[in-house]
Amino acid sequence: MNMSQSQEQADIVEGYNFAYLDEQTKRMIRRAILKAVAVPGYQVPFGSREMPLPYGWGTGGIQVTAGVIGADDTLKVIDQGADDTTNAVSIRRFFARTTGVATTERTKDATIIQTRHRIPERALSEGQILVYQVPIPEALRWLEPRETETRKMHALEEYGVMHVKLYEDIARFGRIATSYDYPVVVNDRYLMRPSPIPKFDNPKMDNMPALQLFGAGREKRIYAIPPYTKVKSLDFEDHPFEIQKWDDCCALCGAKDSYLDEVVMDDEGGRMFVCSDTDYCEDRRTEGHIGPMGTPLAAE
Amino acid sequence: MYVAVKGGEKAIDNAHRLLAEERRGDTDVPELSIAQIKSQMTLAVDRVMTEGSLYDRDLAALAIKQARGDLVEAIFLLRAFRTTLPRFATSEPIDTGAMQVRRRISATYKDLPGGQILGPTFDYTHRLLDFALMEDGNETAAHQDPNAKVGGDLPRVSSYLNNEGLIEQERPDGDGAPVPDLTREPLDFPAGRAVRLQNLARGDEGFLLALGYSSQRGYGNNHPFAGEIRMGEVTVEIIPEDLGFPVVIGEMTVTECEQVNQFKGSAVEPPQFTRGYGLAFGHSERKAMAMALVDRSLRAEELGEEVENPAQDEEFVLYHSDNVEASGFVQHLKLPHYVDFQGELEMVRNLRDEQQQTQYKQAGE
Repeated sequence: MNMSQSQEQADIVEGYNFAYLDEQTKRMIRRAILKAVAVPGYQVPFGSREMPLPYGWGTGGIQVTAGVIGADDTLKVIDQGADDTTNAVSIRRFFARTTGVATTERTKDATIIQTRHRIPERALSEGQILVYQVPIPEALRWLEPRETETRKMHALEEYGVMHVKLYEDIARFGRIATSYDYPVVVNDRYLMRPSPIPKFDNPKMDNMPALQLFGAGREKRIYAIPPYTKVKSLDFEDHPFEIQKWDDCCALCGAKDSYLDEVVMDDEGGRMFVCSDTDYCEDRRTEGHIGPMGTPLAAE
Repeated sequence: MYVAVKGGEKAIDNAHRLLAEERRGDTDVPELSIAQIKSQMTLAVDRVMTEGSLYDRDLAALAIKQARGDLVEAIFLLRAFRTTLPRFATSEPIDTGAMQVRRRISATYKDLPGGQILGPTFDYTHRLLDFALMEDGNETAAHQDPNAKVGGDLPRVSSYLNNEGLIEQERPDGDGAPVPDLTREPLDFPAGRAVRLQNLARGDEGFLLALGYSSQRGYGNNHPFAGEIRMGEVTVEIIPEDLGFPVVIGEMTVTECEQVNQFKGSAVEPPQFTRGYGLAFGHSERKAMAMALVDRSLRAEELGEEVENPAQDEEFVLYHSDNVEASGFVQHLKLPHYVDFQGELEMVRNLRDEQQQTQYKQAGE
């Protein structure tokens, strides 16, 4: 049985370079990142490697993180906003074992945050890097399956089909029926897919002090939003962009301003809502906020 | 009282332990050895090497053992190892004409120089379960035919057609042009035949089989003859920079399939036969034949044929042929999607509320 390796998170695996990838590959990734930062929202093709984790499970984000991480970094990994979801655990452990860097669950202590499907509630600051895992990088993909076509459309800034799609939503449903992976325009130029974050998180991308990097491993694309860059969610004057709202607050910390997960509690339809961002929730509870079903958390 | 789900790390550790137990199975049964897999599960090893793009029988056997016989998982293991290997050199093109042939058949000629060599094939077996194999030790001693291998320079069937000018000329992409490596550079379109063949060689056998089959059934324009299928050993050579002449670094088994397709000609080309090409590590005949069918289908545009079917569509085929990519993305649906799903729940609830209100209003009017 191969137990000893996996039990101790701090065990550094032998025989692999720092952050798994060889230095030439990391250099190639950093060059792609530099290009992506120079052309905000543009998808840069890169020689994505086959990683020891499955495609579709964060290989793009992992390669980007591997490209930028250094020995003095502190890494946080979240999935669905939580540090303890299995895939976040697995990726955090991958870097702990291949780099030996410090890891944290605290948003404010992290220098690099790799995420799937959420932006932390706590505002990020200068010097932090947010790395998104991206399944499908192409914003126009559901409207045009061919890469050869969509690249042309981006080159010509030909985004009419997306506006038509949103308009058709309004005509049929009375609203734009996209709740996550909601398209944005970056720096008034490129249409960009923010990865499947809820549209609730879209406003956080706008003018963010932190650097935002996006990695799509299977699709072999990297893109970026430099700090303090304009990010606009698509909308119409008479149908302005809006984010999700709940009637409930977080049952544990009472937050009314955070994205909530719905938890089914019994067979009778009983449910509760809790913060999807576990670090944010814990912080609030430590500060003494208590939701309707919460108990006080002792301050550390 | 709900407690936020914790314990992901412990759950993962337990899962790994259970997996190791399941892999080992009943401990009263002797453990499977790498040597056994390597010598008795040879076709599984061949497939894993082919789609894993790494010719190493030991590592492929190890991957199969570790993956509990799941070949796509084994391919993934081998690929993840391969990606860490440095590139020392690019080999010279292998010369399959000089192959030490163990099997060679042609469906286009009754007989030909060198003859038809059936070799080790399932082709004419009756698929009856051999219950004698249920018991250990009942096998007859391996019969080694000293004449099993036919020496090198067995002319290819296509060369007979070539001599008459009846089949298209092989057109190299350009002498000295470096061979692209799609494991190092992103796919770009139009991909070109070198990249296409590389992609197909790594591509999932099942996917290529279905696509090739579809092209035979009318979704495409493929009416091929199996010009030649040959399997045997070839030498691999490199030219070290400081030597300047080729040296042999090893030998490997490959299966090659050259298909001969009809072609009525175009404005610039006279009527002639065209080629579809397949090559795979080891004895992988189904794969090599399916690959040749799809290769020919993908040449539609180059040969002035309409591109109307999946097997002819370069982007469709090349983007979806890789089973490590496909398996990962299909199975990523297992990962949590609470956040997106919550967004969708909120959306559907809102849409339903609005619809109900409209109906109430209409009923009131």
